[in-house]
Amino acid sequence: MPSALPDGDPVPADGALPASALAGAADRPLGFYLHVPYCATRCGYCDFNTYTASELRGTGGVLASRDTYAATLTDEVRLARKVLGDDPREVRTVFVGGGTPTLLPAADLVRVLGAIREEFGLAADAEVTTEANPESVGPAYLAELREGGFDRISFGMQSARRHVLKVLDRTHTPGRPEQCVAEARAAGFAHVNLDLIYGTPGESDDDWRASLDAALGAGPDHVSAYALIVEEGTRLARRIRRGEVPMTDDDVHADRYLIAEEMLSAAGFDWYEVSNWATSEAGRCRHNELYWTGADWWGAGPGAHSHVGGVRWWNVKHPAAYAAALAEGRSPGAGRELLTGEDRRVERVLLELRLREGVPLDLLRPDGLAAARRALADGLLRGGAYEEGRAALTLRGRLLADAVVRDLVD
Amino acid sequence: MPAIPSHVPEPSRTDPALIRNFCIIAHIDHGKSTLADRMLQLTGVVEQRQMRAQYLDRMDIERERGITIKSQAVRLPWAPTHDDSNTHILNMIDTPGHVDFTYEVSRSLAACEGCILLVDAAQGIEAQTLANLYLAMENDLTIIPVLNKIDLPAAQPEKFAGELANLIGCDPADVLRVSAKTGLGVEALLDRVVERVPAPVGNADAPARAMIFDSVYDSYRGVVTYVRVVDGQLNKRERIRMMSTGATHELLEIGTNSPEMLSSDGLGVGEVGYLITGVKDVRQSKVGDTVTSQHKGADDALGGYKEPKPMVFSGLYPLDGSDYPELREALDKLQLNDAALVYEPETSAALGFGFRVGFLGLLHLDVIRERLEREFGLDLIATAPNVVYRVIMEDGTEVTVTNPSEFPEGKLDEVFEPVVRATILAPTEFIGAIMELCQTRRGSLLGMDYLSEDRVEIRYTLPLAEIVFDFFDQLKSKTRGYASLDYEPTGEQSSSLVKVDILLHGDKVDAFSAITHKDQAYAYGVRLVAKLRELIPRQNFEVPVQAAIGSRVIARETIRAIRKDVLAKCYGGDISRKRKLLEKQKEGKKRMKMVGSVEVPQEAFIAVLSSDDGSGTAKGKK
Repeated sequence: MPSALPDGDPVPADGALPASALAGAADRPLGFYLHVPYCATRCGYCDFNTYTASELRGTGGVLASRDTYAATLTDEVRLARKVLGDDPREVRTVFVGGGTPTLLPAADLVRVLGAIREEFGLAADAEVTTEANPESVGPAYLAELREGGFDRISFGMQSARRHVLKVLDRTHTPGRPEQCVAEARAAGFAHVNLDLIYGTPGESDDDWRASLDAALGAGPDHVSAYALIVEEGTRLARRIRRGEVPMTDDDVHADRYLIAEEMLSAAGFDWYEVSNWATSEAGRCRHNELYWTGADWWGAGPGAHSHVGGVRWWNVKHPAAYAAALAEGRSPGAGRELLTGEDRRVERVLLELRLREGVPLDLLRPDGLAAARRALADGLLRGGAYEEGRAALTLRGRLLADAVVRDLVD
Repeated sequence: MPAIPSHVPEPSRTDPALIRNFCIIAHIDHGKSTLADRMLQLTGVVEQRQMRAQYLDRMDIERERGITIKSQAVRLPWAPTHDDSNTHILNMIDTPGHVDFTYEVSRSLAACEGCILLVDAAQGIEAQTLANLYLAMENDLTIIPVLNKIDLPAAQPEKFAGELANLIGCDPADVLRVSAKTGLGVEALLDRVVERVPAPVGNADAPARAMIFDSVYDSYRGVVTYVRVVDGQLNKRERIRMMSTGATHELLEIGTNSPEMLSSDGLGVGEVGYLITGVKDVRQSKVGDTVTSQHKGADDALGGYKEPKPMVFSGLYPLDGSDYPELREALDKLQLNDAALVYEPETSAALGFGFRVGFLGLLHLDVIRERLEREFGLDLIATAPNVVYRVIMEDGTEVTVTNPSEFPEGKLDEVFEPVVRATILAPTEFIGAIMELCQTRRGSLLGMDYLSEDRVEIRYTLPLAEIVFDFFDQLKSKTRGYASLDYEPTGEQSSSLVKVDILLHGDKVDAFSAITHKDQAYAYGVRLVAKLRELIPRQNFEVPVQAAIGSRVIARETIRAIRKDVLAKCYGGDISRKRKLLEKQKEGKKRMKMVGSVEVPQEAFIAVLSSDDGSGTAKGKK
């Protein structure tokens, strides 16, 4: 079951933004997130806003159909153009996520990208990424994406171990993601990411090392490694509650994280966000950096979140309701919030502290500064960065980032 | 309904021969208040339409818990049914019903010549009733045994009449049977009071001497003092003197209760009534003290006066530190009406600012705490109750300890702790369980008597410290609720006692210090550190939890450092949710108390201080 949306204020039918949101927009990068809410099967741990064919049957009819989805998304891109008015910005990043974007024909993805190019223009050095499932792409598909303008691809590898993939309900065979990397390189993708999950019930330290080895052996320039989060309402949560699989353990997660840091840095990767490593500055995911640095992005698709100049909003969740709104010429926005100055300060602390560069100390208030001094003394912040006026996490601090944030926002 | 009798003698002009002063001894729920209500109706002092159940119990908490804490006296005119022209004055003195108020009970009894022993015909006599009965017998009161609730299907009047007859040495046929609820037998009972209870005897010409048996603060009238005149006469507008302090006051009003206050010209020998002097604090008008006239007053006070002495102490702290002034104000207000309540400010490193409060006993503690929470809307943390220790140092100096964290560290010669004589009544099948419980609480058996074939009275000497925490709960759970308990302080004993401190990350947590017998110290330490390890969340660093006697560590657990506290994913759609979660966590953090560098949730203090040892049986008090 997809997770719940936050509560918020209503979004006007035409999606209009307050003037304050657009003030100074020219100085901020603009990105697009495109959500594809379809999966062939639902994985037991997943609470994303995505639907299988059988889940949609009877609830959405023709409106929720995959066949017309690219056209619906294009409608929202056009709505974005209207709402942003004469905003002159070109789009710097596009990221297609899901769900399983590669369940759509490559031509559909290319078509929506084309709509963005047409309405906004793409920056010359724009980063255009799609997520992909290893079992749903092949050389021809990848070539078509590459030709259509995609230059970065992110594969959901998760693990190299069959028994771990089984607990996660992943259907690909071990070895396939590594092949995908080679196929993507052959198709001309400059940047390739592999997503990994650690701490799955039944996974050992050695299983995790084997997964990292396999991933590194494939030669990506970016790796994301996530601790498995058991979300309420998922099948995995129910299985754990029934005792069918053991609960995940934070101490085990900490050990696995340290293993990841050790092996990835030995292979020439540097962390740049708590869960993300890249071989170079160029290998970083610039789209995700928009999220973490308070930039603007428009999220199109059911349940997608957007942020423009201190206004956060989110679309209705169900693909049918989403399509219906756009078909009637209404904004699919379900709710929004206008951030106060303090909200934005708190968000900056909680987002930027997760980055290698950390948070400028001058963003902190006296209590937060005192907390930063304690965190420095406790070995959670790096001395060098602190001297330069920034609160930046040490390795141990990265594992306790949320605790540090709680103290620093005081 | 008989009409109000004619020729009712007036206060200050009543022949002592027509006066009967009596009280009712009964256990909670045995129907004392209902019986009193019925007497008010039958004697016509309260009309039917004004009746509300349990007229005499004024405070809500008392009515809810079905207990009477503060006594009152009511003047009831009653002409015996066989002699209806001869109206008598019956002064019914309501006694406090609980173990902690033994002294107040003894003063109420001293104001009477007789008492009604009221026992539920379905349950039989209970330990507290028995204790009060013994007090009444020591005071040479005439006892009128009565079984109540005889209309209940479960009533066993034969059995319990036998039990009562056995206890007071009368014929079972002399035990009256009534139903206070329906009124059955109550007239006969009033007749029996006139017939059996002796009239008061005193010297009308001697200087006035009246004993205070109750003292109540009223927010409109100040302190209302209830007295029984023994000798002489008290008159309105004269000046009176409190013999324990020598303080004098003008008598602003004198009168009787019927049951509302009714002023009169005065009170004569044997009469019972109230005085108002304008004092604002019951400590200026103490139970047991003797009132005399300022002019040509008595030289010798009546016997039996005692200062109230707190037996049990507990630290009371506001959950929210900013409520401290409200807590002080609330205690000040309660003290106006409770001479036995004592308190002084106290600072705890763990709990902040609060008060160390002394109580007569456990019920007293419960009632005060509940009133503070309910009537004054305060959220409190109460430390585990403790008793008063007398510590003799090796150099001969003596230290009185009312707070375990202040137990002296130096070389001790001897430590004395208060002991009580406990009386337990229970069905015989529980003798084994009761004796086992008392043995583990360092008790020594004084004796055992059978009240009837299947009920037994067991007497133990027990350290008070052993019963202040969860003894009553344990007793109830081990006897399926059948046992009743009474205790009275009997002195002190020298014991091998030690202070066990609890250290969190090397810092002593004063609120958790406890004084225990040295044989129990280890078990206490192990239990507490294990519990704390469960209750305190993991911190960014490793936290040792230790129990120590002086510098010697007797138990240790470790709260491992938290190693991971970070959500792996934080992308566009997670930001609002994460900020809201952070706000919620900040709220949670406010409810933490810092003990040194360790964050301890308030819940941990409450859990450790309020519950027993996790034996999983009775939780909370009564």
